[in-house]
Amino acid sequence: MYTYIIKRMLMLFPTLFGAAVVVFLLLRLIPGDVCMLKFGGEGGYADPEQIAQCQELLRLNDPKIKQFYDYISGFVTFDLGKSMWTQQDVTHEIAIRFPLSLQIAIMATLVSVLIAVPLGVISAAKQNTLIDYFVRAISIAGIAMPSFWLGIVIILGLLIATQAWTGVPWMPPIFYKPIWVDPAHNLSQLIWPALATGYRYSSVATRMTRSAMLDVLREDYVRTARAKGLIERVIVNKHALKNAMLPVVTVIGIEFAFLMGGLVVTEQVFNLNGVGKLFVESVTQADYTLTQSLVMLVVFIYVVINFLVDLMYAWLDPRIRYS
Amino acid sequence: MKRIAPKLAVAVLGATFTFGAISAKAAAPEYGGNLNIVVGSKIPSYDGHIESTFGMIHPIRPFYSLLIRENPDNPASPTDFVCDICVGSVPEGTEGGTKFTFKIRTGVKFHDGTPLTSADVKASFDKVVNPPKGIASNRKAYFKMVESITTPDAETLVFKLKHPSGTFIPAVAMPFNFIYSKKDLDTHGYTWHQKNINGTGAFSFVEHVQGSHVKGKKNPNYHHKGRPYLDSYTALAAPKMSVRLQAIRGGRADIEFRGFPPKARDDLVKALGDKITVQESDWNCVLLASPNHEVKPFDDPKVRRALTLAVDRKSGSKYLSNIAIVKTPGGIVFPQHPMATPMSELKANIAGYSDDVAASRAQAKKLLKEAGQEGLKFTFLNRGVDQPYKIVGTWLLGQWKKAGMKVDQVVKPTTPFYASLRKKGDFDVSVDFNCQSIVNPIADVSKFLPSAGNNYANFEDAKLESLYDELLKAGTPEEQTPLLRAYEKRVLNDLSSQLVTLWWYKINPHRSYVKGWKIAPSHYLNQSLDNIWIDAAEKKSQGVN
Repeated sequence: MYTYIIKRMLMLFPTLFGAAVVVFLLLRLIPGDVCMLKFGGEGGYADPEQIAQCQELLRLNDPKIKQFYDYISGFVTFDLGKSMWTQQDVTHEIAIRFPLSLQIAIMATLVSVLIAVPLGVISAAKQNTLIDYFVRAISIAGIAMPSFWLGIVIILGLLIATQAWTGVPWMPPIFYKPIWVDPAHNLSQLIWPALATGYRYSSVATRMTRSAMLDVLREDYVRTARAKGLIERVIVNKHALKNAMLPVVTVIGIEFAFLMGGLVVTEQVFNLNGVGKLFVESVTQADYTLTQSLVMLVVFIYVVINFLVDLMYAWLDPRIRYS
Repeated sequence: MKRIAPKLAVAVLGATFTFGAISAKAAAPEYGGNLNIVVGSKIPSYDGHIESTFGMIHPIRPFYSLLIRENPDNPASPTDFVCDICVGSVPEGTEGGTKFTFKIRTGVKFHDGTPLTSADVKASFDKVVNPPKGIASNRKAYFKMVESITTPDAETLVFKLKHPSGTFIPAVAMPFNFIYSKKDLDTHGYTWHQKNINGTGAFSFVEHVQGSHVKGKKNPNYHHKGRPYLDSYTALAAPKMSVRLQAIRGGRADIEFRGFPPKARDDLVKALGDKITVQESDWNCVLLASPNHEVKPFDDPKVRRALTLAVDRKSGSKYLSNIAIVKTPGGIVFPQHPMATPMSELKANIAGYSDDVAASRAQAKKLLKEAGQEGLKFTFLNRGVDQPYKIVGTWLLGQWKKAGMKVDQVVKPTTPFYASLRKKGDFDVSVDFNCQSIVNPIADVSKFLPSAGNNYANFEDAKLESLYDELLKAGTPEEQTPLLRAYEKRVLNDLSSQLVTLWWYKINPHRSYVKGWKIAPSHYLNQSLDNIWIDAAEKKSQGVN
């Protein structure tokens, strides 16, 4: 087991290096740079001398190989540098946004699990009944609906409904307060994006739970349990569900990793100052240092979460051994 | 639209009457409250001297004072400037218009308690006009006429110019010319203000959470006695227009200063009726089309003139103003400025402004034929921003098609768009724009100068350069106006080096309990927030906390 863990940890480095090379090259394929945008992006007079000075200051004129060396050596020494746009430390830029993205990811995952597991189990247990058809319709609708669109509908729905009922339109807060500072403000802001994304991701997990449960419920040991006279609820909840969870855990794990850095549109719709919104801003502002760091962060999260999912397999199914 | 129209009319009328009401109630504005502003752009740094985005101006300008500013009670006027940190009225030039003496207010203090003197104002303008080597200044070029800045005493500041200049006073009034403390510059260096704030503005800095908000609180020692009225303000970052719009609708924000498209205004008025006040104004920004003179056949003035002749600006204004933030046809000068060419003169003297569009387009076809370019095919480069670029760009395509041209549009995101325009020059005809803060006609039209850093049409013309030199040195509006007309005719008609489409139109719907703020012809102006107050009873009646 320990050998496996060490191997997986070592594999992190080539993965991160590969991602570093790809993101470095892709960013530099886009014409233009942050200095051009900063000093002339709004159409006013752009002093070429000042643009050149900015490019010099940000070392944009250095040879690419030198830029790459600085980038990699920065990572090795845990110095991610400064945002080219704001000149603030990249770690600071990420740190002020990370708690929000983490909270959203946790809340959305909770919503997803709370919806997916019971619905998937019920749907499988009641296969080809009205309940099953209803659950399948709900989950297919969730897959078909992008979460950002659902977000827009939620905001408009809240505005219209509250105005109709109370005469005063209400929408969720548009700036973040940590849950330990103002729980009511925090939850009234984040519950809606968590619902929008959680529902979207629960759809995949619901279908996965249903199909895994259907497989497991046809296993011999389930038939034996039934023959022994165990009640159906015990069979499903105690014997079948745990064994059906392997693919579901994989899906939920990947979704969680995606939520940590992938909510680029939903965060914009709800005006959440999270990692996804920062991603969009850093790309549109050609902020190389920040974009590179964000990509590496997301890659790191994916690798770590996949690793944790693998470890969870062993816990869920004692037959699995990584030796 | 028909159902919205009456409500909109009521709201706009409401705005008109609100101004009357503001005037009537001006003696007794209310104190207190927090103003929530939504801002659609990010803050690169806090240093006004190097930045050019409203993303910095809207949240940061209230912390600072200027030497002079647009009149906050009459910001619609492009020529009405008043003292901010100086006393009395804005000085007239002496010694043949080459010397401007400003008397500096006494008793003004920076937020850290340091008293302000003329030395601070000089140090700030020295940083703008003659920054030390390695220190950036985005508006250095506006002050080329300045010979020296001196301080005979602690209350006097003197600008000596190399020659009289009509651009000087408006350039001083630009909202980016924040007054810094000399002590800060001497102690902390010239880059300190990029990350730190210490001004003499109506509000003092409380906090900035990157990407989230900036908060300011009332400066009790503000030099305009009795102001500001607000206890505090919060500038909330909201890059998506739909969020800014819904934030006003849902009571999360009171106002947005950049402006919304007509549809957004209509939606807000439809949803909130008289709880919304709408202020509208012509905007000192204009979309242009720049042919690349280095690419054939756009080196031929006949072809370039055909481009402008094909455009029906009058009907464009009528229809586009319903869907985009553009409205007024005009020449190269902001149409509401006294020095702007009247439409009657544009129609008579400039290609493409005639009411007889059919004749103009026939002439365009004739010119193309003469140039051997019948059925001209080219690619139009546009910026991937909806308002108003893509809308106006699509309209231009239709206009050119009506004169027999076949045009494809390539839309690029902002970064590669500017790379094409500035560095690579790999375009036939591109959208371009001229957007300024203070209306400063002579400085603003430098955009059309071949030697200007932001003229992307890639051409040379000695006559135009010489005309502009004369214009810079002309001391009075009487001398400047004919030169400006000749310059404009050279640009738009004789060379047809670029073509002007429509001037932008600024629409600011805001909660009706926000009082005292008046719209200016630029989203950079009237942003000190010292004249804004909140009608608490009206706010409560709207159910906004």
